[in-house]
Parts: sequence; structure tokens; C-alpha cells
Amino acid sequence: MTSTAAPRKHQSGGDESAAKESTARRFGRAALGRQPIGMIFGAPYLLFIAVLFAYPLGLAVYMSLHRYYFTAPGVNVPRPWVGLSNYDAVFSDPAVRQAFLNVLIFLVINVPLTVAVSLLLATALNAAIPFRAFFRTSFLAPYVTASVAMIGVFLFILSPTGIASTVLGPLAPVPSWLVNQNWAMPSIALYVTWKGLGFYILLYLAALQGVPKELYEAAAMDGASWWHRLLSVTVPGVRQVTTLVTLLAVITGANLFTEPYLLTDGGGPNGKSASPVLQIYQTGIEQNHPDFASALGIILVIGVLLIAGIQQLVQRRQA
Amino acid sequence: MIKPRTRIAAALVLTLGVAACGGGGGVSARTATDAYGPITIWYSNNATEVAWGEQMVASWNKGHPGQQVSGQQIPAGQSSEEVIGAAITAGTEPCLIYNTSPASVPDFEKQGGLVPLNDFPGGAAYIEARTGPGASVYKSPDGLYYQLPWKSNPVMIFYNKKEFAKAGISTTNPPLSTYSQFLATARKLVSSGAAKYAIYPSPSSEFFEAWYDFYPLYAAETGGKQLVENNKATFDSAAGQAVAGFWRQLYAQNLAGDESYNGDPFADGTAAMAIVGPWAIADYQGVVDWGVAPLPTSQGNTLDTIPTFSDAKNIAMYASCQNRATAWDFLKYSTSVAEDGKLLAMTGQMPMRQGIQQLYASYFKANPAYTEFAAEAAHVIEVPIVPNSVEIWQAFRNAWSDSVIFGQESPDKALGAAASQINQLVTGNGEP
Repeated sequence: MTSTAAPRKHQSGGDESAAKESTARRFGRAALGRQPIGMIFGAPYLLFIAVLFAYPLGLAVYMSLHRYYFTAPGVNVPRPWVGLSNYDAVFSDPAVRQAFLNVLIFLVINVPLTVAVSLLLATALNAAIPFRAFFRTSFLAPYVTASVAMIGVFLFILSPTGIASTVLGPLAPVPSWLVNQNWAMPSIALYVTWKGLGFYILLYLAALQGVPKELYEAAAMDGASWWHRLLSVTVPGVRQVTTLVTLLAVITGANLFTEPYLLTDGGGPNGKSASPVLQIYQTGIEQNHPDFASALGIILVIGVLLIAGIQQLVQRRQA
Repeated sequence: MIKPRTRIAAALVLTLGVAACGGGGGVSARTATDAYGPITIWYSNNATEVAWGEQMVASWNKGHPGQQVSGQQIPAGQSSEEVIGAAITAGTEPCLIYNTSPASVPDFEKQGGLVPLNDFPGGAAYIEARTGPGASVYKSPDGLYYQLPWKSNPVMIFYNKKEFAKAGISTTNPPLSTYSQFLATARKLVSSGAAKYAIYPSPSSEFFEAWYDFYPLYAAETGGKQLVENNKATFDSAAGQAVAGFWRQLYAQNLAGDESYNGDPFADGTAAMAIVGPWAIADYQGVVDWGVAPLPTSQGNTLDTIPTFSDAKNIAMYASCQNRATAWDFLKYSTSVAEDGKLLAMTGQMPMRQGIQQLYASYFKANPAYTEFAAEAAHVIEVPIVPNSVEIWQAFRNAWSDSVIFGQESPDKALGAAASQINQLVTGNGEP
């Protein structure tokens, strides 16, 4: 009995230990994957995400839900929970509403113009035209030049005695572009479109290399004009890039800061070219109300994510 | 369902985030107040002030080998206020900043970034003895001095003598005393082609721009009222409306520029007049043949000296300072009679010290152009030292831009609305 019982006992202990080992291994595998070394390779990026994205985003959410202002290190001040009152303040602030309206005006002008002009120019630059390399470089020049320098040039171009008003003569707006309530934001949208064209042309040029030449030849044999070939072959062929360009243009609009900050002197005239990001800077940094600024920032992030999500959805349905 | 690996990664990310929220420690005031040792200071990037700062630091360092001072220009930024505010948050500000705007002091104080100078033996007495009764304006609502009133730049009307002569206007006693005289002179300057604009204050919507168009004229019109007194905005009044109406006429008649301008329109000859303090004299030397006139008022001023805005920059001690005893000694050294004299001689700016005209009589005799500014220095008004100061000025500026510069609504209505908003902000109820 004893001899039979002992091994049984031993066997039972062995089963338990094996079970424990198996659970630990299962947990380890679940946590670290089949190749734990992969976690080590992934760690730097995880740290990067944690420090530069997750922490600021988490802190922004925290600030937006509390009464918060920046203090010197070691200074303990009460930061009471205020719920959604910062969000309420953002939504009820007419200056914020104006800023979002300004961004909408910006997007309505910038996004279609960016897509249409960069696609047309990319198509032209893809064809065998003389000085092709020169033109490709020229269109990229504004994109790679510092914004501050370009804005300096545009301040002259759009001044009352600048080339834009001189060429238009009596048709030029009064007061001039950048201090005109109706023209300040469109001027910024046109400037941003012009500055970013080079980059978007590059994207389209890359996409055009992937459109089979046979399709153009077949369309030409069927008697399709240049315009029809553009609409029926090129546009569907670069649809993926068009989605990307649209998304990037929307993000550019949502992040608009440098242009209203420098071109229209802090969102003037009278807030007609202010952007939400500029307001985040003004309320958060200049006026030390990071709680309000964070709420505005979170709303902006959610807005951009929603737009990106809708675009993805539409793209999937089309695919 | 979220995979366990994703959950672990997310937990790690969040833990790191929450851990980072903890923040760091500050300097112990108890030990720092009596501590001696090396310190750092920042001064403005104005060339003449840099020269003054460098010689002053060098002379101190010669006699204090154990308490060396490192001086540097304030880091570049859109405004020194935002640079200092960010430095306080990061705990990287120096012991002393010789470019502290009085309007920002309440905000820096709220951040816990300033050291009250009353902490030092004889601190308040030193400030009051140097500046006189005017020092009390710089006390915070808690009755403490978080700033030492250092230097002022009483702003006045500078005019371009060549352009005035071209327009047939007297260059020694131009008619600029009343609003109607000023407007007539402005029209003459522009219609004659002598200058494109009569005057060109920055039309930017930055909060501090009101200090160079509205505020000096409001000080003159009211005989020295501040924007906010007894926790109430004062400008929704006949005087405020008169000043706003005057500027509105200048903009409406295209006598003042409303476009952003690259450079200095007065130095370039684009504008025939400017509202600026004596610091600019060095910049205009050899560039503009200038004269100076008191600020206009609606009825013309009968006072000997018309009040104006101080455009003061003060010195404050910041919370990250570990050797505060040295910083306090250095502060007194840099604002001594001798150093104030050097500041005046090297920069042309007025030390906020009692009796400067008598104390530095030889300087004013040799430089009569500065005498009027010295006389004005005793009659300057300051921005109100109240909570939410920057926001208050921003609210005012927004209303001003909308109504006076761009004429989108009536100035009276806009200023009335701004006054209501400011009344809320002063009491801390109007914060976003």
C-alpha cells in the first residue's frame, strides 16, 4: 500500500509542479510572446511612445479634468477635480468657435486645392517635358525652406503695396489681404497650399509610377482624351495617395500655428485667422491656463481621429 | 478582447506616464535665504543693457571670488514673459532677472516662482528708500514686494523733424497738444506726402501692445489713472471713450497704419511720429532727426508734466535660486547709486530712484535730450499689479483691435464689454 501510495504522492507533486511551470510558461509566453527577445528590440520604441506620446496625452487628459496651472517645481497647489467644466468653457467660448470656423474655411480651400493642383502638377511633371528635373526641384523648394523665411516673403507679397495688390490694382481688397477680416484666412490657406505642394507632388509622382502604362495606351486606343485618361486612369490609380494627401492636409489644418502666429500677428484681424492650436498656445502658455488649453487640445485630437476614422471607413467601403 | 501582451505594454506606458506626473522637488527657502555662493542672472538683449550688465557683473566678480555671478541675455522668445514663465515651470530660471515686466509678476507669483524681497533684512526699507513713495505701486495684494522697481522708460511722442518741416509744421513746437491739433497735424503730414502715416503703433493683438497706444494717452487724459483700480476697470468712462475715439479717427482716416510692419516704421520714415521711451534714442541716433513732445489730451494739458506709462522693467528674485543671500547682496550692488548712474549713462533709461535729476545733474547737463524723460519719470503710471494681469490686458486688447483698429463695432460698446469681462477677471471669477 505504502509502496503504491508513495509513487502516487510523488506523481501528484510532479503534476502540480509541472502545472505551475506550465502556467508560468504560459503567462510568460502570453506576456512576452514566443520570441521574448522581440520585446527588447521593441522596448526603445515603447519608451519613445510612453515618454513623448502617452505621458503628454495622459497629462493633458488629467489637466483638462482638473483646475490646473503651471507652477515651479516643489510648489504644491490644490488641483481640484472639475469634471467637464473646462470642456464646457471651451465650447462656450466664442473665440474658440471662431477658431474652429477659421479652420473649416482653411480646410475648404486648402484640401481640394492641394489635391487638385498637386495631382495636376505631378501628372505634368511625370510626362516627358523639357527641364523636368528643374521643375521638380523648384516645386519642392518652398517646402524645404523654413516657414519663417517664406512668411517674411509673403508679408511683402500681401502688403498693400505688395505684388498681389499691385497686380490686381483696383480689384485688390481693402484693407489689404492680411488685415482684411474676409481675406486673412483664405490668404493663409493659399500660402499653406503653395508651401506644401512640393511634398504632395512627390507623393503623387511616386504613386504615378505604379499606374500601369498599358492602361493609358488602352485608353488612348479607345480614343480617350487627356482629360478622360486623367479622370478614368490616373485618378483611380492614385486613390490611395489621394486619401493620404487628404488626411495629411486635414492634419495640417488642425495643427495650424506658425502662419497665423507670424503672418497675421497672432490670429488677427480680430481673431479672424486664429486657429485652435494658436489658442492653445495663447491660453496655455501666455495666460497660464493649461487646463482650458488641454481641454481644447483633447477636443482637437478627437476631431482629427474622427475625421481619420471616417476616411478609413469610406476607403474600406470603396475598396 | 485585448491581448495580454498589449495590456502589459499599455500598463507600462501608463505607469511611466503617471510616474512622470509626480514632478520634482524645489529649493528649500529656509536654507536658501541665508546661503552664499555662485549665482546666475539674466538681463535684456538690448545692446546697451548687455554692455551695462557685463561691466556690472565683471566689477562684482572682481571683489567676490567666492560668489561669482554668471550673466547672460534672456533666451530668445516671442516675449520675455513667456520665456520666464516656462523657465519657472521647468525650474531653470536664474536667481535674478533684470527684465521682469510688472504685468507678469502676479502670474509668476501665482506659479510660486518668485521670492518675496521682504524675506531679507531691510528688504522693503531698501526698496522704499531707493524709489520713494512710488514703490508702493509695486507691492502685491499680499503687501509684499516680489519685484524691485528698477528702471522706467516714460513714453512720449517722438516726431521726425525733417518730415514735419516738409509738411510745413513747426519743428520746435509742433501743434500736438489737443486731439484736434494732433489730428490736424496728422492730416497735414499725410496729405502733404511728408510721410505715409502720421503714426504707426503696432496693430498686433498681443496683450502688451496696449501699453504703446491706449495706455499712455489714457494716463495723460485721466491725470494718471491705472487700467484697474480698487478691483474695477476704470476705462469704461468719458476719458476712456475720448482716447478710443481719438485713435479710431486716426485709423479711420488712414493716418495710422493697421498692417503688420516689418521693422520700425518711425526709423524707416514711414511714420512721422512714434510713442516710445528714451531707450530708443540710441537706436535713432544718426537715423532720424527727432524731437519729443508730451502726449496729447482731449482738452490740452495744463499740467507741467503730463502723466504717461512707465514701460518699466524690474528685477525679481526667482524661486530656483539656491544662494539667495548672495543674490540679495548682488541686487543691492546692481541698484546702488553708482550702478544706477552707469545704467543711466550707458542706456539712457531712468533708474527708479528718487531725485535722479539732482543726483546725476552732470549727466543731464551733458545730455539735455534726456531731461524731459527724467522729469516724466516722476509722473509715470504702472500697469495694475492684480491677478490675471495678462488675461486682463488680452481682453482689453481684443476689444481694442475689434473696435478701434478695425472698426468692427463701436469703441464705446466694445470697451464696456471688455470692462465687464475685466471686472470678473480681477476677482478671479472670469478665468476660462
